[in-house]
Amino acid sequence: MNLSLRHESWTDKLFTLANGVFITLLFLSVLYPILYIISASFSDSQAVVSGEVWLWPVRPSLEGYTAVFEYNQVWTGFRNSFIYTSLGTAINVAVTVLAAYPLSRRDFFGKNVFMILFMFTTMFTGGLIPNYLLVRELGMLDTVWSMVLPTALTVWNVIITRTYFQMSIPHELLEAAQLDGCNDFQFFWKIVIRLSGPILAVITLYYAAANWNQYFNAMIYLKTQDMYPLQLVLKDILVQNDVDVAMLSGDPLDAARREALKTLLKYSLIVISTVPLMVVYPFIQKYLVKGVMIGSLKG
Amino acid sequence: MELKSTVDRRRGTAAMDGRERGASLFLKKLKKSWQLYVLMSLPFLYLIVFKYVPMYGAQIAFKNFVVTKGIWGSDWVGLKHFERFVTSYDFMRILRNTLVLSFYNLVASFPFPILLALGLNYLRSTSYRKAVQLVTYAPHFISIVVVVGIIKELLDPRIGIVNKIIGFLGFEPINFMGEINLFSSIYVWSDVWQHAGFNCIIFIAALASIDPALHEAAVVDGASKLRRVWHIDLPGIMPMAVILLILNTGHILDVGFEKVLLLQNPINLKASEIIDTYVYKVGLTAQVANYSYSTAIGLFKSIINLILLLTVNKLAQKTRQASLW
Repeated sequence: MNLSLRHESWTDKLFTLANGVFITLLFLSVLYPILYIISASFSDSQAVVSGEVWLWPVRPSLEGYTAVFEYNQVWTGFRNSFIYTSLGTAINVAVTVLAAYPLSRRDFFGKNVFMILFMFTTMFTGGLIPNYLLVRELGMLDTVWSMVLPTALTVWNVIITRTYFQMSIPHELLEAAQLDGCNDFQFFWKIVIRLSGPILAVITLYYAAANWNQYFNAMIYLKTQDMYPLQLVLKDILVQNDVDVAMLSGDPLDAARREALKTLLKYSLIVISTVPLMVVYPFIQKYLVKGVMIGSLKG
Repeated sequence: MELKSTVDRRRGTAAMDGRERGASLFLKKLKKSWQLYVLMSLPFLYLIVFKYVPMYGAQIAFKNFVVTKGIWGSDWVGLKHFERFVTSYDFMRILRNTLVLSFYNLVASFPFPILLALGLNYLRSTSYRKAVQLVTYAPHFISIVVVVGIIKELLDPRIGIVNKIIGFLGFEPINFMGEINLFSSIYVWSDVWQHAGFNCIIFIAALASIDPALHEAAVVDGASKLRRVWHIDLPGIMPMAVILLILNTGHILDVGFEKVLLLQNPINLKASEIIDTYVYKVGLTAQVANYSYSTAIGLFKSIINLILLLTVNKLAQKTRQASLW
């Protein structure tokens, strides 16, 4: 980029300017809704519904957040989502690594057969009802298992993990270890796992985000309200506009105020439910990018 | 005569030996990898139970599934359910909605990641570039439910900020969610908003892999930045773009149905009912759930998808070979 620092023609200057404007426009159009929602969530409920909020919080208040804190279903949802996400992700990562390592070994007899078995499931599926009937048949309806087992593995993640193993663990290393009397189990446990930190980070993040954000399986497999993950609770409130008014504090007779509080509750809820991912996101961004890069190698 | 038979016999034994040797070699290879098979056993079990058993279960699309009779015991009815779907009143509308939404999304979401990647590449300030990347990637990780919640709040006819801005500019407020023609645009542009940033990563990588010597030579020759974009950067990322575009057409029937389902309301249903949401409703939420009919519709989609994917993969392979040199 030193190149561009030398004398610049006016067309290049114009280009740089136009480019800066273009990127800034895109940047702002992504940023503005986010900023608006955060600002609204910290504003006074009347200010939000009367449209006084444009960019920064107006008459800052924690009304919305207090309402969220008093809304019990949200906290049950948080707890459930936490359980499903941690258990689910642990299973995801274990199963994925177990599948990816043999597939990365060129001397794995039958590798291509397994590969075809995996790839075929990305192109053809039994469909919604057969899956539902299976989960029902296995007696997993309305249990935690229906949240973690049907999605135990994503072929895409197996592929990027396999590609990573192929790139970072040379065959010579295996041969050397074998000469020293190391068997496949030992090699997998003592060497492969120890060398796969970055890829474990990538797939853990991908799976955790997917598990945390998932709502459809919960919607069809869970019946008991107390087992609902956060996303399902959010769906009722944000999408169905189904707010349990009894949970809102304040004068129950003041309908207008309650309506305003309902809106504010939604903004605060959007912020609170997204915070767990957004807090870790800047630190893990480089790993996510790495995942895409590895994926593109064999994509 | 005798000679010939001896030869035959010899040949026979040789062939037998070969087969035996082949078989023992096979066993030996299996044995050599046995620990790898142990590692693979759990994922393999998952694959069979949760992926291949449902494929077996999909045969109820050709049967009249009765719970008490089970999948295997129910009576065959041939293509009855498929015929019912294809000749049904809803069929054309649903297929049309699916294709419209899909093509619209494909076309609208194609240029933005590329433009963003090119633009970022020519930003002078590294810290600004990092900030733009951080913010534009972020929405990718917001859940579908929350994104739909955001859409509904911001587009609300009475208190949404979008209508406040429209009102501020002196126009009449628009009831976005109640306008049937706006459904596809809401779906598509919110998707662009959410994913354009993250989808540009792959193009940033492609740009980084372009040989810097090309740019240096172009600068020496007095090429402007615009010309460098046009003659160096674009050709550099085009193979990737073409392959992605081709691969995406293979998923033309896979509209993000979890999002569509949440965006649906009684008013926009005419434009928002797609194959997958229809499968869900017929199979799981209808008063009289019709498993077989729902499965048949799903299978109809899966089969078309499979054909499309295989065709498109072939095409991508050809393009890749052609674009390597």
